Amino acid sequence: MPKREDIKKILVIGSGPIIIGQAAEFDYAGAQACLALREEGYEVVLVNSNPATIMTDKEIADKVYLEPLTLEFVSKILRKERPDAILPTLGGQMGLNMAIELDNSGILQELEIELLGTTLAAINKAEDRDLFRSLMHELNEPVPDSDIVHTVEEAVAFAEKIGYPLIVRPAFTMGGTGGGLCDNENELKEIVGNGIKLSPVHQCLVERSIAGYKEIEYEVMRDRNDNAMVVCNMENFDPVGIHTGDSIVLAPSQTLTDKEYQMLRDASLKIIRALEIEGGCNVQLALDPDSFNYYIIEVNPRVSRSSALASKATGYPIAKLAAKIAVGLTLDEMKNPVTETTYAQFEPALDYVVSKIPRWPFDKFESGDRRLTTQMKATGEVMAIGRTIEESLLKAVRSLEIGTDHIQLAECTGIDDQRLIDKIVKAEDDRLFYLAEAIRRDYPIEELAQLTKIDLFFLDKLLHIVEIENMLKEKPFDRDLIEYAKKYGFSDVIIAELWKTDWEKVSTFRKKAHILPVYKTVDTCAAEFDSSTPYFYSTYEEEQESIVTEKESILVLGSGPIRIGQGVEFDYATVHSVKAIQQAGYEAIIMNNNPETVSTDFSISDKLYFEPLTLEDVMNVIDHEQPKGVIVQFGGQTAINLAEPLEKLGVKILGTTVADLDRAENRNEFEKALKSLGIPQPKGDTARTEVEALKIAKGIGYPVLVRPSYVLGGRGMQIVDNAEDLSIYMNSAVKLSSEHPVLIDRYLIGKEVEVDAICDGESVLIPGIMEHIERSGVHSGDSMAVYPPQSLSPEIKQTIVEYTEKLSKGLNCYGLMNIQFVIHENQVYVIEVNPRASRTVPFLSKVTGIPMAQVATKIIVGQSLKDQGYTSGLYKEPATVHVKAPVFSFSKLHLVDASLGPEMKSTGEVMGSDRTLEKALYKAFEASSMHLPEHGKVLMTLTNEDKEEGIELAKRFRETGYSIIATAGTAETLRKEHIRVEIIDDKKSLHTEEPVLKLILTNQVDLVVNTMGKNIEAITDGVYIRKASIEKGIPLMTSLDTVSAILSVLESRSFSTNTL
Amino acid sequence: MKKRMLILEDGNYFKGYGFGSDKETIGEVVFNTGMTGYQESITDHSYNGQLLTFTYPLIGNAGINRDDHESVFPTTKAVIVKSFARRPSNWRSQMNLDEFLKEKEIPGLTGVDTRRLTKVIREHGAMKAILTDETEDIETLLERLRNTELDHDQVAQVSTTRPYVSPDKGKKVVVIDFGLKHSILNELNKRACHVTVMPYDTKAETILNLDPDGVMLTNGPGDPTDLPEVLNMIKEIQQKVPVFGICLGHQLIALANGAKTYKMNFGHRGFNHPVKEIATGKIAFTSQNHGYAVEAASIDPAFLRVTHTEINDGTVEGLRHRVHPVFSVQYHPDAAPGPHDAEDLFDQFTELMDSWKGGNLDA
Repeated sequence: MPKREDIKKILVIGSGPIIIGQAAEFDYAGAQACLALREEGYEVVLVNSNPATIMTDKEIADKVYLEPLTLEFVSKILRKERPDAILPTLGGQMGLNMAIELDNSGILQELEIELLGTTLAAINKAEDRDLFRSLMHELNEPVPDSDIVHTVEEAVAFAEKIGYPLIVRPAFTMGGTGGGLCDNENELKEIVGNGIKLSPVHQCLVERSIAGYKEIEYEVMRDRNDNAMVVCNMENFDPVGIHTGDSIVLAPSQTLTDKEYQMLRDASLKIIRALEIEGGCNVQLALDPDSFNYYIIEVNPRVSRSSALASKATGYPIAKLAAKIAVGLTLDEMKNPVTETTYAQFEPALDYVVSKIPRWPFDKFESGDRRLTTQMKATGEVMAIGRTIEESLLKAVRSLEIGTDHIQLAECTGIDDQRLIDKIVKAEDDRLFYLAEAIRRDYPIEELAQLTKIDLFFLDKLLHIVEIENMLKEKPFDRDLIEYAKKYGFSDVIIAELWKTDWEKVSTFRKKAHILPVYKTVDTCAAEFDSSTPYFYSTYEEEQESIVTEKESILVLGSGPIRIGQGVEFDYATVHSVKAIQQAGYEAIIMNNNPETVSTDFSISDKLYFEPLTLEDVMNVIDHEQPKGVIVQFGGQTAINLAEPLEKLGVKILGTTVADLDRAENRNEFEKALKSLGIPQPKGDTARTEVEALKIAKGIGYPVLVRPSYVLGGRGMQIVDNAEDLSIYMNSAVKLSSEHPVLIDRYLIGKEVEVDAICDGESVLIPGIMEHIERSGVHSGDSMAVYPPQSLSPEIKQTIVEYTEKLSKGLNCYGLMNIQFVIHENQVYVIEVNPRASRTVPFLSKVTGIPMAQVATKIIVGQSLKDQGYTSGLYKEPATVHVKAPVFSFSKLHLVDASLGPEMKSTGEVMGSDRTLEKALYKAFEASSMHLPEHGKVLMTLTNEDKEEGIELAKRFRETGYSIIATAGTAETLRKEHIRVEIIDDKKSLHTEEPVLKLILTNQVDLVVNTMGKNIEAITDGVYIRKASIEKGIPLMTSLDTVSAILSVLESRSFSTNTL
Repeated sequence: MKKRMLILEDGNYFKGYGFGSDKETIGEVVFNTGMTGYQESITDHSYNGQLLTFTYPLIGNAGINRDDHESVFPTTKAVIVKSFARRPSNWRSQMNLDEFLKEKEIPGLTGVDTRRLTKVIREHGAMKAILTDETEDIETLLERLRNTELDHDQVAQVSTTRPYVSPDKGKKVVVIDFGLKHSILNELNKRACHVTVMPYDTKAETILNLDPDGVMLTNGPGDPTDLPEVLNMIKEIQQKVPVFGICLGHQLIALANGAKTYKMNFGHRGFNHPVKEIATGKIAFTSQNHGYAVEAASIDPAFLRVTHTEINDGTVEGLRHRVHPVFSVQYHPDAAPGPHDAEDLFDQFTELMDSWKGGNLDA
């Protein structure tokens, strides 16, 4: 069926800021979809609040609105643009929810706007628990039985009907408190009894437990002719009970017979047909490991994280084709973009195994609850491709960048057996490593399978890896053995460790023996048809499929999995760099391992190597491709960390040299450079031991800012007030980074300012200066940033420009550079210099219109700023104001404290732009779901240090019509100032009956202001308050600067009322 | 494991390790792209005489169970894989692939770069190959390979020699066994058919004497033109009873009605082949295993109508007779392994038998 001619203009809704569970995969899906619709000749209008995305580049759509994804703003855009249709299925849950909200408001009907892809009825059927269940009953597809109970008797009656095991979930408790698994009536009585008490509405959901079942997913597609197909199916290594986003996943399914595969395929296709979805859909199923019984767990009537993974795993671009299906094209009339010879109606055949491993934030959130449950906690993921499970799994482990090249972690080896088993039974993020350790200790895999319900087949693969380790240990430098080990994915580093030698010797031995990887193509069809996709993975086999071209090439290293501190911003820069390389006439090659992102779409670069970013894996590609050089400055710390070792092996690093990179990161060198340039910095020094640290701190005076060198996102950074705390820090943090020392600086309180600069050795272009709302002490990634700066004097700005120019030239920067300043008592100090692309590159590129990563790349390949039409100095500032605001995922991370500090905690960002600062701030708050009514109630609990400052803020709240509730101490301070305030009791306990918590948990306040003191009791107290606010989605502010900013928004919205 | 190798007629060779039986074998090397269903494929008699390569690199993951066999005595000549599971895991599994191949005396070769092998077959066509120990030099082996004539009686090798009955109360169906897959019987039994399975060389008269409601011509190995005597049987019975042909059965129906068949370059073996029903435009993913196909241009439109085609290469996938109650498909509606998308063809067969009354179609 041809595409629809009755619609001309389509609005695409993006997924907004990156949060856990809704990440870069929607940038990939959205960008693909917009381009696909334009390819078909439609006018595309895009709305998304997330500036750090490729999809919000102006080349992606005809019109891009970087506006909040709220009813208010999207409605405004609809009225202005009058699109014929909306495509909501590519913006994740955010997009779907927005579509439902728009429909409920009546605007779609009023403006006669159609929803494409999935009908609202279908969205509701998939999302609403009861509608979903009745649909499944209609289709005769099984769902786990469940019931809502209000008494223990009801629960027992239900159990008698369906049997055990059962899962109990109390309604509306914090983090699912009080729930649990019951195997018999006694357990059920106890858990339900307790759960009913804990639940504010006194009810529990009781459901048949399918924990331990195999978890299988099908990615299916359908068009309006009712053609339906499976793109990919996947099997979770971890059985049902752990969110699929937190599970290790393999594609295709591994332990199913054809009967089981087809049975689940039939069910998935039946569901997508019943929902009449035109596009892609994800079906999650649970299969009994001991029978043909299965249950439907969940259906996502849209593209998802799993569909992004399936697209990368098969090469089949789901989002692109889903968008085309949405406008009426059918699968049998579109070509498969991979083969270009066959049709899109084709179920891909894989001839490799794909492993996905999630990347969790617990390296940064040490206090976080690491238990893996049905609530996803991972911020990102890696994918690896191999010809065996062992190879693909080990490659994925290497890609994680968690300090190991193998299924082996130092912390696993020392623990006793009891603890080991505990770590295996109660799955946390590192279970894979403990499983390997147990196998090394000769635990039979049958026993492990029983403990974990992980399929024996998978455990046997781990056993095989351990067997290879043992064989290697026994026979150093055995040719056949190393070949065998390489075929199963062992890295040279781990082989060297087992051979008790260094990796260079292993590498030399291997190469001499002609044991070299070949690169195979991902082609959707297992080589049945000719395909020219430039999408490769390495393996140790016979045929080399990646043909090196005559054209000179440049290799760009990507940034790996998304983690806190290294987000999608770096993928954005990588993609732009590739474009610039191609424009400059070179072949652009990307290496990366993140399946969620745009950079790993094979159509972006001339060649994509989906590989781990370790020295060995990168060198293999370099040996094969012989590129002119490697660009490292766009791939975050992942790529920067590879610069020095690569250069040592004779690889040409393009852009700022390794020596100069080191000068910016090495404390002493950096200090010397600053001194010679006459640029002040906070006093500080480098310490390697506790004694040294204490001495330095004493010399410069407390408070001090401490951090390990060579880290990203302020990991391990803290403000320390006294010697005692410093000792504690040194004992935990030095372990954290033993190779690199700890930096100790005077902590200067003041305004923070950030600058990105592009230099070509001669000139320095400063696209913009950004002023932070939160004062120093809050990590720059967690601060709101304003461009252009609103409160800096021309003199200060001049100084910043001057220092930036001096630093760029002084550090011989070629390409991008990011500098952070603090303005303390009207004096500008440099706090940090990063000679690479920073996370503000996309934001600043968008608001200034300078494609910064592209300009920088062109400099790196030899074009000066002048050649590109840019002049030195600060770029002209606009009349508009732009605010970048951080977005957090605390509601997904149990036990992680939400207070802001020098360690970065945000997962994403939004942007608000308008003519005044207040309007821009309003949009930024709205876009980050910090919605404040014009009047309401604010709960203030401040530490003693902040009480003075709180008075002014409280007054302002009262002026705008807000009433104030405060805890005793804060209230007392405010009352002294004659501010009307309601006192609330603040006994310390987690019990929901506690007045303060009850206030929050029952939604009686609109905003919570809570600051953290040094006193331990206040800290714990605050933790509960913050946790409760997050749980209920009540805007929470822990920095008074942010409070002041939001007050100016409230003030600008309300008229003041004054007496005569 | 013993080092063994596979040598192709064109001189390409592949080293690996032997598993299963350790005998030497010569046959036609082909590849299958299915990611599941190795047990069904290995036991499919259409692979008689062939060395079967799986493009999916991990084979045997779910082991071998007693229910999913497509024949009792598999005749696939060899199984070639990248790797096989030493430790299968599935609740129905009774043994691993290695044990099964040993039991059935089928040699296996593992550790092979099966993707390279697949590309060689794709480019040079399915060809003769020998799987043997690494003892003789390649030239000698090639010589021996080139001098070996492959069999032309593959159907005779696998067809039942004596009739047998699978009784039920419904339609009487005579199944002519050219290499019958059990799944075809399962589908007929599901529809309560009373099935009599007859040898491939059964005469028309014998068939008609059984007074069947319909005749099923099954799948089978080899070149359809090796079976000229079968064509006469088809010509006779198609005038009297409804006939449904699958795979080889489909090719034989085409030949019996004046069309020609040809050897494809590397065939269709796998189960992701999209097939369009021309009348409705509906597409089904089909399970396929054939190295020969019906030549579209040779079809006389006075007798046969093309009902289905493969959307990528246009292969004739389905035929219906203009006059007689005869239809056929090149693919396997019985699946096993593969998708169930085309199952309803068996319903069409029973409907056809229903409406065929005393030599005339109702309405």
